[in-house]
Amino acid sequence: MDGMIERRGFLKAAAAGGGMLVAFALGGAPRGARAWAEKPVATDEVDSFLAIDGEGRVTVYSGKVDLGTGVRTGLAQIAAEELDVPLARVAVVEGDTALTPDQGPTYGSLSIQNGGVQLRQAAATARQALLREAAQRLGVPAEGLRIEEGVVIAPDGRRASYGELVGGKAFRLKLDANAPIKPPEARRIVGRAVPRLDIPDKVFGTFRYVHDFRLPGMLHGRPVRPPALGATALAVDEASVRGIPGVVRVVHQGAFVGVVAETEWAAIRAAGELRVRWSDWAGLPEQARLWEHVRATPVAQRQVTSERGDPAAAIAAAPRKLSATYDFPIHTHGSMGPSCAVAEFRDGRLTVWSASQATHNLRKQLALMLGMPVEQVRCIYMEGSGCYGRNGHEDAAADAALLARAVGRPVRVQWMRADEHGWDPKGPPTLVDLRAGLDAEGRVVGWESEAFIPKGAGGNVDLAAAELAGLPRESQINPGNIIHNLATPYAFPAVRTVCHRLETTPFRPSWIRTPGRMQNTYANEAFLDELAAAAGADPIEYRLRYLPADDRRGREVLERVARLAGWQTRPSPQRERGGEVLRGRGVSYCKYELTRTYVAAVAEVEVNRRTGEIRVTRFLCTHDCGQIINPDGVKAQVEGNVIHTLSRTLKEELTFDRRAVTSLDWASYPVIGFPEVPEIVVELIDRPNERPWGAGEPTAAVVPSAVSNAVFDATGVRLRSVPFTPAKFRAAAAERGA
Amino acid sequence: MSQTVAMIVNGRPVSVTADDPQMPLLYALRNDLGLTGPHYGCGLAQCGACTVHVEGEAVRSCSLPLAAAAGKRITTLEGLGTPERPHPVQAAFIAEQAVQCGYCTNGMIMEAAAFLAKNPRPTEAQVRQALAGNICRCGTHPRVVAAVLRAATRG
Ligand code: FES
Ligand code: FES
Repeated sequence: MDGMIERRGFLKAAAAGGGMLVAFALGGAPRGARAWAEKPVATDEVDSFLAIDGEGRVTVYSGKVDLGTGVRTGLAQIAAEELDVPLARVAVVEGDTALTPDQGPTYGSLSIQNGGVQLRQAAATARQALLREAAQRLGVPAEGLRIEEGVVIAPDGRRASYGELVGGKAFRLKLDANAPIKPPEARRIVGRAVPRLDIPDKVFGTFRYVHDFRLPGMLHGRPVRPPALGATALAVDEASVRGIPGVVRVVHQGAFVGVVAETEWAAIRAAGELRVRWSDWAGLPEQARLWEHVRATPVAQRQVTSERGDPAAAIAAAPRKLSATYDFPIHTHGSMGPSCAVAEFRDGRLTVWSASQATHNLRKQLALMLGMPVEQVRCIYMEGSGCYGRNGHEDAAADAALLARAVGRPVRVQWMRADEHGWDPKGPPTLVDLRAGLDAEGRVVGWESEAFIPKGAGGNVDLAAAELAGLPRESQINPGNIIHNLATPYAFPAVRTVCHRLETTPFRPSWIRTPGRMQNTYANEAFLDELAAAAGADPIEYRLRYLPADDRRGREVLERVARLAGWQTRPSPQRERGGEVLRGRGVSYCKYELTRTYVAAVAEVEVNRRTGEIRVTRFLCTHDCGQIINPDGVKAQVEGNVIHTLSRTLKEELTFDRRAVTSLDWASYPVIGFPEVPEIVVELIDRPNERPWGAGEPTAAVVPSAVSNAVFDATGVRLRSVPFTPAKFRAAAAERGA
Repeated sequence: MSQTVAMIVNGRPVSVTADDPQMPLLYALRNDLGLTGPHYGCGLAQCGACTVHVEGEAVRSCSLPLAAAAGKRITTLEGLGTPERPHPVQAAFIAEQAVQCGYCTNGMIMEAAAFLAKNPRPTEAQVRQALAGNICRCGTHPRVVAAVLRAATRG
């Protein structure tokens, strides 16, 4: 096959990739800087995604990374399936800018939907090439060949293994969009609940997180952040930490201050004891008046995300008008493990080990900050603590790079808990105004919504260190693609949905699991419930009325969740008013970004109307993400979405004073715990003939509204302000009573 | 004043010399002994990520000074079981696939193992209560509960 030619550089890079996993496991460091640019990483080449060595072992190179979601296993399944090799023979190298294709950041529930589909095409292309090569060698037509466990077998029984056919050579092929994908009936690995590859190591304590990575001669660094977000360091008293054994250096540039020490504990002590005179700054809004502040923020741009008819006129003429405002607070990612990175300068080049969800972007940001050519920077992904979006991983990498450059030795930085809670970029505050008109029969005649959300999209979030040190950065805010799902999936006769994109937002914004889609779906699905109640209609029946008749998959998740929950058709609220604890159920529905994964949910709650305490007792969910690669993996993602978002809905809210974040630990930023986690029932709808869609986020979209709707059903009290704390319930109940 | 502290870690006598004997045990385990099963999560005894067994009790190693571990028997996740001889809780975590990012998993397993040693046949509510001080942000809770109950019935 002329597509396969020997290339030393490629081999070396592949070896560096395969060897790297071993090196990590042994705690050593991968070297071989010369291999950096020698392996193809273009997204249209098979070699960018796959290599097969002389033993027939497959290495997958993935720009999408496993953020603790299990996607590594899903990607390995896809490659093993299309190549017909045992899963155990597949290794995955993730997010190494020198070795893996730039498939975009790992966000937006796109790892399988985009990354997996690209990999599948690369593997299918490779399989075709292997068949062609075998046909030539064995002197038989390719059509008569079959493949078993990485061995091509001729009708007469002669065999040629992948190792013999391609081992040690590059494919040199473009991805072939026409290379046939295995039909559902031929699949043996994809679609199965294959156990995750990483779990045994995690359970025996032998998994190597970025937090566990060590280099020879490595020092430990800690940033010392200002007590007010906009303060700068006027004077740094190095003498104040000189007495701590092991302190190597205090680094100070503008508002960036950090310490470097021989041991981690010395660095922690020095960071705590370093005396710094900071300038004063108090530029944050008053938390109690956050929503006034949001409304008063200058608007950079108005974006109409859907428009049909003249809803304003329709609402004005309607016999029944409803309006409401929903708000969703500022959140921290709150990763279990504070962000961590290791940086090393060597021969004028920088290598950074980071749990970044976007190493290819991080590389560019670091190069910009440090004034280095991007080719001189390499970022290597190592798994960290689950991150749910752009948390502090990239910022820790920037801290480590600045400190490593200052001391000329490798530096590991791990943030403290207060750094993580205080300085990760935040999910911005979201405010949505809604208005609707109903006719005499309770039909929606017009729907209008206006969201107040920061400008920007899914680009890069500036590195905190660059901002603090006054070094070059992009100077843009990017909260994620937060306009999605403000437009509704319902066929109302007149609609207008508008996003007011604000110039600024109080904290450096970023995306946290289901950014925008969740806040917008929350407002829409709760307000729609208000309309159903006003119309005296059953909430599921009311939704089905407005779902387009041809959206069969959407209707199916709703109908199935009704069956799953044993839903009784009746309007909300329920009529039972005896006793202190009232029970109710609420539904919610989402078609993710109006183009992909369908989710419907029913929340069942108990509300203590005296204390205001809300207990979610059961959460039921139907989920259609098209073809399922690993059903247990998808189920785990759905469960995780439900629990994480229940925590955000019921408990989480960043607190701050005029200077900085004040919710700096788990006591001041409470999250859901074992006693509060409900029973979760998940029904997955597998569609093996459809394309696979994402599952990492969509379920989160339906959680806050399902709970608001269930609380309303139980009590008649409508919650429109997250988190739904007992105090918020009591206030809403009092207002309703008044 | 630097101090050398002798302990039994995972069945082996070891000693660690630290400049500051008030350094939490966690850093001695992770950095001096290379035992990275326990993780730093909060340093405040709030999350459980750093949990180890000290004389069989679940203890948060981020908040135990090294000096206080002198002469004690310490078990970390690495010493609890191995792939060849897994602790029943470890085997159950694999069977239930009760891990996502796994950063909390050390704490879940160590807390649960210490709990089951005292209460081998708990109810589900007791399991939830026993783990009430352990945080998981990825939402593995139902699987963790299932795993602990599985370990209890098969352990
Ligand atoms: S790190 Fe010890 S309890 Fe959180
Ligand atoms: S599995 Fe990620 S924090 Fe628990």
